[in-house]
Amino acid sequence: MKSRREFLKAAAIAGGSVLVSSMFRPFNAVVFAANEPANPTDIWYGIGIDIAKCIGCGRCANACKSENNVPREPFFFRTWVEQYTIKNDQSVKVESPNGGIDGFTQSVAPEDIFKTFFVPKMCNHCYKSPCVQVCPVGATYDSPEGVVLVDQTHCIGCRYCVQACPYGCRYILPDKGVVDKCTLCYHRITKGLNPACVEVCPTGARMYGNLHDPADPLMKFIKDHNVRVLKPHLNTGSKLYYNELNEEVR
Amino acid sequence: MVQEYAHLYDMLSKVQGFIYPNELPLHWGILIVLYPYITGLVAGAFILASLERVFKVHVLKPTYELALLSAMAFLMVATLPLISHLGKPGRAYEIMITPHSTSAMAIFGFVYLWYLMVVLLLEIWFDYRRDFVLWSRETKGIKRWIYKILTLGVTDLSPKTLEWDKKLGYFVTVVGIPSAFLLHGYVGFIFGSIKANPWWSTVLMPVIFLFSAMVSGIALVMLIYMAVSYIRKNPPDIKALDAIARYLFFVLILDFTLEALDQIHRIYEAEESFEIISLLVSGKLYITLFIMQVFLGTFIPLITLGVLQLYKPKEKIRKYIYLVISLLVLVGIFFMRWNVVIGGQLFSKSFYGFTSFKLQLIGPEGSLMAAAWIILPFLILAFLLWLLPPWKKHAEEF
Repeated sequence: MKSRREFLKAAAIAGGSVLVSSMFRPFNAVVFAANEPANPTDIWYGIGIDIAKCIGCGRCANACKSENNVPREPFFFRTWVEQYTIKNDQSVKVESPNGGIDGFTQSVAPEDIFKTFFVPKMCNHCYKSPCVQVCPVGATYDSPEGVVLVDQTHCIGCRYCVQACPYGCRYILPDKGVVDKCTLCYHRITKGLNPACVEVCPTGARMYGNLHDPADPLMKFIKDHNVRVLKPHLNTGSKLYYNELNEEVR
Repeated sequence: MVQEYAHLYDMLSKVQGFIYPNELPLHWGILIVLYPYITGLVAGAFILASLERVFKVHVLKPTYELALLSAMAFLMVATLPLISHLGKPGRAYEIMITPHSTSAMAIFGFVYLWYLMVVLLLEIWFDYRRDFVLWSRETKGIKRWIYKILTLGVTDLSPKTLEWDKKLGYFVTVVGIPSAFLLHGYVGFIFGSIKANPWWSTVLMPVIFLFSAMVSGIALVMLIYMAVSYIRKNPPDIKALDAIARYLFFVLILDFTLEALDQIHRIYEAEESFEIISLLVSGKLYITLFIMQVFLGTFIPLITLGVLQLYKPKEKIRKYIYLVISLLVLVGIFFMRWNVVIGGQLFSKSFYGFTSFKLQLIGPEGSLMAAAWIILPFLILAFLLWLLPPWKKHAEEF
């Protein structure tokens, strides 16, 4: 009789602790973006883009499409280039015909231009990424090196991540019905090669590197320039650092 | 130009200002408009049923079972537009077996099942069990067997057991009210928690969704009650209709206040996104927001129902008014969902321009398909009313 009572007692304690500990898990779910990530590996990839160096040739966007079999239509891009023109009246005109692949023409008359510049865009590989946060099946995830990837064999095509990305970096592959995005050319960087966009940039406006290595050229770039990330108020943990980023750029 | 992209090229020519290139197609179309609309109808109808059961508003008794069965019929359809919209519908089950805990969407399957299995099915079962037993004795043929199966073998009709049915049914309803709040508040959270989208990202979103759900669900039950009475050539109980209209009026006030608060807050703070949102509201959403949602769907019903609280015209006229009002409210809430879901995707997250949206007539995302998803629950309801007619329930003997 006594042993049964003890057994029940032990079972109740065990059940109770499972219940209590399970209460903490959902809380974990809520604090996703409030947490700092644990990044156990030595490598922690980030990206640097020097707007001052970008000439708007669009080779990066073109090379990306070739390297990653991105559909050629002008509404699927892993990376693209935007032309910002701030007019004398301080109004802003932004254009990105075919993502910049075919180059740019200036549609604003020269005398009306206050200033103009090109802004290459791509996935920010955020470490508190809204897309990773909202994926209902965990098909979008962080690689150990801090690259945001998609498991297309698991993606259900709900498009919640497309809605959640503040930077417009995701699209649905029309033939597969699953999401696609920049992988920082994961298949290349894990072999020691540059991402395609970095490789072809003729002016060295794009770079990538290890944010955990103080000697990395990317860290030197971040140290030597006044770098900013896009939409910092959203606290996405963006790891794409821009030099000379005007406040007009969104 | 590849033929399958023809409509996207067409959209490309309609872009205003600048959008990120990937933002051209709207990723959530009419099917995702239906999802919060239908779940809202479920939650609202259930809450109306609970008023009778838990809060003892006995004047609503004639609509109690009708409200429950309507909630059931719509709940059975709620997930279908959602699943058919997926890029990979065959993988939909993954959301249940590999849910990602930080995703608001991942919990939907569980919230849904909880609501379907634990709340609605149980409540209906406890409410009808006695009738299942009696009907299984009275009817013949296949119906007899269906009722026998539906009793789940519990055929005891002793007063004590029936008392337990009532108690348990009551308990389920009490659990059901927060569940209904959870179901729809949670749907609001799916949108409200997207910080990338300033049109969605507001803490009020779950609350607004909840109250608009109640508004639409109450209007739905009102409409169905009148329609069923008409079909059965049995005049509706005007006292019940008056009571429903009164609740509709109060909830509509709350809903309107919350939505107005949301907009006033937006305008007063006038954050970075203000300019693009004011362009959105005064441009692409002008008809669906100001005409359909605010004027027809809220303003006219509010004024009319308000006047009816003070002055009551003849019963017959009142019935017609209730008919028109319930339809207007249902249309208004549909456009509220439209303005949230479609409106939130029309402007670029760069805040520099707009994409366009044209509802197709045919195809899985077309308006005909959407109409089918709306009609389907009514067919299910017709079946449920044939199988479980509330008007043939046996009067209580104790």
